[in-house]
Amino acid sequence: MFSMQRGLAIFVGITFTFATGWVGLIVIPHLQLGELAAQSEEGTTEVYPRPLQGLAAQGRAVYISEGCLYCHSQQVRAEGYGTDIARGWGDRRTVPRDYLFENPILLGSMRTGPDLANIGARQTDETWHLLHLYNPVITSPGSIMPPFDYLFETRRIVGERAYDALPLKDDWAPAAGFEIVPSDRAKALVAYLKAQNRTFPLKEAGR
Amino acid sequence: MNERELVALERARIDESARGPVLFFFATALFWLLAGTVLALAASLKLHTPGFLAGHDWLTFGRVRPAHVNAVVYGWASLTGFAVIVWLMARLSWAEVRYPSLLVAAGILWNVGVVLGTVAILAGQGTSVEYLEYPIYVPPILVAGYALVAVWSIVIFRDRREKEVYVSQWYLLGAMFWLPWLYITANLLLFWFPVAGVVQGSVLWWFGHNVMGLWFSPLALATVYYLIPKVIGRPIYSYYLGIIGFWSLALFYVWLGAHHLVGGPFPAWLITAGIVGSLMMFIPVGATAINHHMTMIGHFGKLKYSPTLRFVVFGAMSYTAVSVQGSLEALRDVNLVTKFTHYTVGHSHLGMYAFYTMTMFGAMYYIVPRLTGWEWASARLIRWHFWSTAIGIAIYVALFTWGGWYQGVMLHQPDSQGKPVPFMQVVEYTRPYLIGRSVAGGLIAVGHLAFTVLFVLNLMRRGTRRAGPTLFHEEPAPVASQPELAASSV
Repeated sequence: MFSMQRGLAIFVGITFTFATGWVGLIVIPHLQLGELAAQSEEGTTEVYPRPLQGLAAQGRAVYISEGCLYCHSQQVRAEGYGTDIARGWGDRRTVPRDYLFENPILLGSMRTGPDLANIGARQTDETWHLLHLYNPVITSPGSIMPPFDYLFETRRIVGERAYDALPLKDDWAPAAGFEIVPSDRAKALVAYLKAQNRTFPLKEAGR
Repeated sequence: MNERELVALERARIDESARGPVLFFFATALFWLLAGTVLALAASLKLHTPGFLAGHDWLTFGRVRPAHVNAVVYGWASLTGFAVIVWLMARLSWAEVRYPSLLVAAGILWNVGVVLGTVAILAGQGTSVEYLEYPIYVPPILVAGYALVAVWSIVIFRDRREKEVYVSQWYLLGAMFWLPWLYITANLLLFWFPVAGVVQGSVLWWFGHNVMGLWFSPLALATVYYLIPKVIGRPIYSYYLGIIGFWSLALFYVWLGAHHLVGGPFPAWLITAGIVGSLMMFIPVGATAINHHMTMIGHFGKLKYSPTLRFVVFGAMSYTAVSVQGSLEALRDVNLVTKFTHYTVGHSHLGMYAFYTMTMFGAMYYIVPRLTGWEWASARLIRWHFWSTAIGIAIYVALFTWGGWYQGVMLHQPDSQGKPVPFMQVVEYTRPYLIGRSVAGGLIAVGHLAFTVLFVLNLMRRGTRRAGPTLFHEEPAPVASQPELAASSV
């Protein structure tokens, strides 16, 4: 029997066993997937995926700092394995190539709220997103998502109403003479959400 | 003096050498337990009452929740782990802790890291990488603090006068070695030299799951393997089952992280490996459960008297439960339902609370009086502590196991007409369970307050001076077969 009375023997044993899992979960996936590249559509200039640019990239930082990931996943499971596609969360499952430029990756582990892998494809209305962020129950009665009203500014209307002031009605309307406008962070977050679109056909995803 | 008294004196001297750092680790751990509890309650209330404490970015759910998780993982759980490592290593090696103030310095460093990390998450600097939310400048501080603890514990081990290496020490040595490999690799590959795309997901769950099974579990199992025999006064049932349990854990656990990837954008072989590893876990868990159970047989009556034993046995039984549940959750059909739901949250609390935290409470009931030379002030408060935490976590896990399962069924399986259940209907369904969880959390918080009062009274040496340990009930005969000269709380 392996001697359990010597520190060195224990040390060698735990190093070896631990190394097997390290190779399996890190080294081999890295060798297998580390060289994955974007796919271009033949005969067109389309390339997918592309790194996020500008406002959407800034919005990703907001998504991270506000911790959206703790309630929202960004991964679509395959047809026949769950109801993700039937729910309209995507038209195909997501595959490694979809996440090529994700750093850090935001797959998420909870669905307290819906999956957002394709939120930009299914909800393109900027105003809807802003109202929903300001207070989710405006657009989604029954929602338990927290209001992100702190990403908006209430200010006195000077001259004309701002072009981007929220169209709030009834109970939600601010005091007379005031308007509520999204901050740069709110706009960036919406740009990021609208960029969440993983519908580009990929062979390995079956379409 | 007879030989027995000499041994007891030497044991007291070893305890004395560990006193400063171990009490410092325990005291600061308790602070983080309380901070973590407050953050947990806030997060829990917010989930069913989204307007609660809304309107401030520092207190939004997406920051409070990771602040809670990290406060209990790196604050409470890791610091109690350090205390157990140092104290058990000194006792089992039969060697004094040299320069204990260096370990206190390590503890201060670690605490500085946890304070900075917690504030950073609440300030919006969290990374959104689960279990690694602290911003990039915090991990080096933690690593420095940890390195001191580990090196010092190895020094104690090398100084050992007791040549027999006990089961608990294998687990301690394993944990001490696994943690830095895990933590440093994960930080390097996710933040310093990030790997591409989904490989990050693999690295993340390799870390996230191993930190439970190869850091916290071994620490708690080392504690169980030491304290059950100690309190009931008989050796562990089987040394060989201990060996099988240890090496099969080391061999299979390392694959478990991959079961978090089931159904996700990952290669099929990787997911299958994770599932196979999860099922193989029945071997170490079975071996360990049988070993603990056979040791306890004939002594279950002592659960009536000994606070240490009651907490530790509660923890050990939860280990079996959470492990069996975890293996089953890895199966594709089960995972389809439970992934992304509160079921998983219930599972992780069964592990980190019912198993790990309850075991550590047991350890503190045993260790602290031996360091302060003062018995626990009140059996009634210990009873409050035990029952409110035990009932609280039982309700918590039951609610989320049941509610989380049906949340998953509604979320991921078509209804009788073959259509998905509307999402808002699922949200509505979970609400009563979320409210119930807040109640369970409140109960757990009451237990934590009772324990804090006990701990503070003990440090202040308040309450009546007792000749023997503080037991739930007065026991007819002595509990331990090896009475110790100093305080003898069990």
